Amino acid sequence: MVAHPPDRVGPSAIVHVAPGPHLQDAAFTTRRMMADVLVGLAPVMAAAVAVFGWFAVMQVGICGLACLAAEYLFHTVMRRKPATLGDLSAVVTGAILGLSLPWSAPWYVGVIGSFAAIGFGKVVFGGLGMNLFNPAMVGRAFVMISFSVALGAGAFVLPDAPSVLSQATPLTVGKMTGEVTPLWPLFVGNVNGSLGETSAIACLLGGLWILVRRAGTWDAPLAIVGTVAVLSAGAQLAGIHPSLTVGHHLLGGSLLFGALFIATDPVTSPLTRSGRAVFGILIGLFVMVIRLFSGYPEGVMFAVLLANAMVPLINRWTVPTPLGGPVPGPVQKGGGA
Amino acid sequence: MSAQAFGARGTGSFPRGIHPAQAKHHSAAAALEVLPPPARVEIPLLQHLGAPATAAVKPRDPVAWGTVLGVASGFVSASVHSPLGGKVVRLGVTTLPNGRHVPTVAVAAEGEQVAGQALWEALYGGPWPTAGLDELTPEAIGAVVREAGLVGQGGAAFPTHVKLTPNPAKPVDTVLVNGCECEPFLTADDRLMREAPAPIVAGALLAARAAGARQVVIGVEDNKPEAVAALRAAAEGTGVVVQSVRTKYPQGGERQLVLSVVGRIVPTGGLPLDVGVVVVNVGTAAAIAAAVLRGRPLTHRVVAVTGPGVVRPANLLVPIGVSYREVLDFCGGLRPEAVRVLSGGPMMGLAVGDLATPVTKGTSGITVLTAREVRKAAETACVRCGRCGEACPLGLVPTRLALASRHRDWALARRYHIQACIECGCCAYVCPAAIPLTQLIRMGKAMLPKE
Repeated sequence: MVAHPPDRVGPSAIVHVAPGPHLQDAAFTTRRMMADVLVGLAPVMAAAVAVFGWFAVMQVGICGLACLAAEYLFHTVMRRKPATLGDLSAVVTGAILGLSLPWSAPWYVGVIGSFAAIGFGKVVFGGLGMNLFNPAMVGRAFVMISFSVALGAGAFVLPDAPSVLSQATPLTVGKMTGEVTPLWPLFVGNVNGSLGETSAIACLLGGLWILVRRAGTWDAPLAIVGTVAVLSAGAQLAGIHPSLTVGHHLLGGSLLFGALFIATDPVTSPLTRSGRAVFGILIGLFVMVIRLFSGYPEGVMFAVLLANAMVPLINRWTVPTPLGGPVPGPVQKGGGA
Repeated sequence: MSAQAFGARGTGSFPRGIHPAQAKHHSAAAALEVLPPPARVEIPLLQHLGAPATAAVKPRDPVAWGTVLGVASGFVSASVHSPLGGKVVRLGVTTLPNGRHVPTVAVAAEGEQVAGQALWEALYGGPWPTAGLDELTPEAIGAVVREAGLVGQGGAAFPTHVKLTPNPAKPVDTVLVNGCECEPFLTADDRLMREAPAPIVAGALLAARAAGARQVVIGVEDNKPEAVAALRAAAEGTGVVVQSVRTKYPQGGERQLVLSVVGRIVPTGGLPLDVGVVVVNVGTAAAIAAAVLRGRPLTHRVVAVTGPGVVRPANLLVPIGVSYREVLDFCGGLRPEAVRVLSGGPMMGLAVGDLATPVTKGTSGITVLTAREVRKAAETACVRCGRCGEACPLGLVPTRLALASRHRDWALARRYHIQACIECGCCAYVCPAAIPLTQLIRMGKAMLPKE
């Protein structure tokens, strides 16, 4: 038996009190989530550099820096809130915005898009976590409407260029001329388009990283891809735009980029698994409606923004029931209503 | 005793939950020791859920080990007994870790005490019958359990006789003995199961007899193979089933354990009794055996003293009413880097602000943390990642509940079922934005206006 030692817990020992739980998973932070999204974007960036060269570096660099500047200006200078550049969310917005622009967009398009993304897309709602719409898509929609020529289908084409830049984008070709683009270039990315959308394999690799690291959830991407596959198969059977097959709809345009990097944005997607499934189905539906029946060849951006607007409603519809059933109401005495 | 072969089966796990570092290594290897009798104990008259006991002694009254100090003042109440022979010093008041001010009876030791090995033998040692328990009537067992002041020793401290009293409207078919000890750090139940499996099995059979249950299952997390082996050996031929369940927090929560082992879902707002199950902790089971078979009221309990902030982590048999300070001193005291002393484990335990606080029947451990382990990250904005919902064992949306609590939006809180929260702490543990989700929800539950 150990001898009873003298009073070792002297009055100098200070113990703090706080409500539990007293532990925390310190390894998983918001910053790490954002860093994982950036790592996931790396293969996409690499594919963009391979196809578009310095245009990709310039566009993404401009947007990244402009988003950081906008975040600092709007959030820290104008709203006098503590600096939030370290959470990397502005860099993620900039990278996604930059990768969703055409290679040819002039520098001021990226800058204006970035300021719109951070300003109208995020800070006016109260900053990170409060925004209703995906900031990068707000920025892109803003410049798409403001500079319709610089971002229209024609902007992608550089006549007489030796590379893929001389061709129109695959979905434009399919929709307007009925010419069928082979699927393999769509898969590896050797086609024209917005910087980040051309290579399906790069999007899949980066998206897989995000899902494995749990920086995003798989529910919405799966629902989007599934919905588009079903609806495009229906369209193919019905003979709408016969040159665009299921493969073109899945691999072409920014579908995979949008499904894996934009629809996985936690802030602007629903809270629960079933909610995210509904969200993904809606995006897939909107994408197909726009692609098949509107004047635009591509519709991921508008589809995401439309579905974002429905998120509060989806959250309301998909309140999960607790294990054990709903909380019983108060016992009614005498059966009075 | 006719405990039948195990019928209803769960999967051994429950949905969601978390896997914090188990941190059992600090004290898991430390064999149980008996704390030398302290010179003085201060015994709260309210150590349980329900009404406080009424003091049955006056200052200067002589008392012996087991003398009643306070009498249960209602059905949901429990008596308290003296762990020492000596004299009542005074009737006082203390503050328990949960913040309640409760009346106490202070007893000073006088003369020879039953201590050390003799005390261990009296409470846990020697042979424990598992046959012939049918000769005791359920009413007799219930009455002894009530007189012995038994309450749940897992933490919530619900009076045990209330659980064991048969209710014709809600028949019980299963007694489930909880040996999960899913809180990180804690090892008291683990050591008790390894070193005193026989009284646990005997107590489980007695509980089944009292409640009218046909089957008895002891559920133990699979990170305690020695405990499972010891219990299986002790349960040989008794019909008591020892089931190993998945190590996952909060496996030891009774809703989770009933689902894991018996495969039944306890309704929200209900009790395991609603699905025919009575859950008792392993320490409680051993105490039932000591009360019924040896006439020993609940005066001592096993406590894990653990964590990186304590010099010599240990598992101790201590008298109820001894101060945290004396228990910690026996373990070499606090290390200089200790910053928080917890009653219980780090997930659901309560921080203790005064080391003069007495150990109670519900004190499952004393965990001392250093600055390395305690939550410290600054809160940032919720990015609605939904990790809290993926961790919640009840399937709630904690971020919404915390938001509702923060803004006192009780309609939103109700729509997201705030009353179903069991405050296990999983959501706050996983939150990447370090939002004190559990703390906010707990506040919201307390402030929620009555309907």
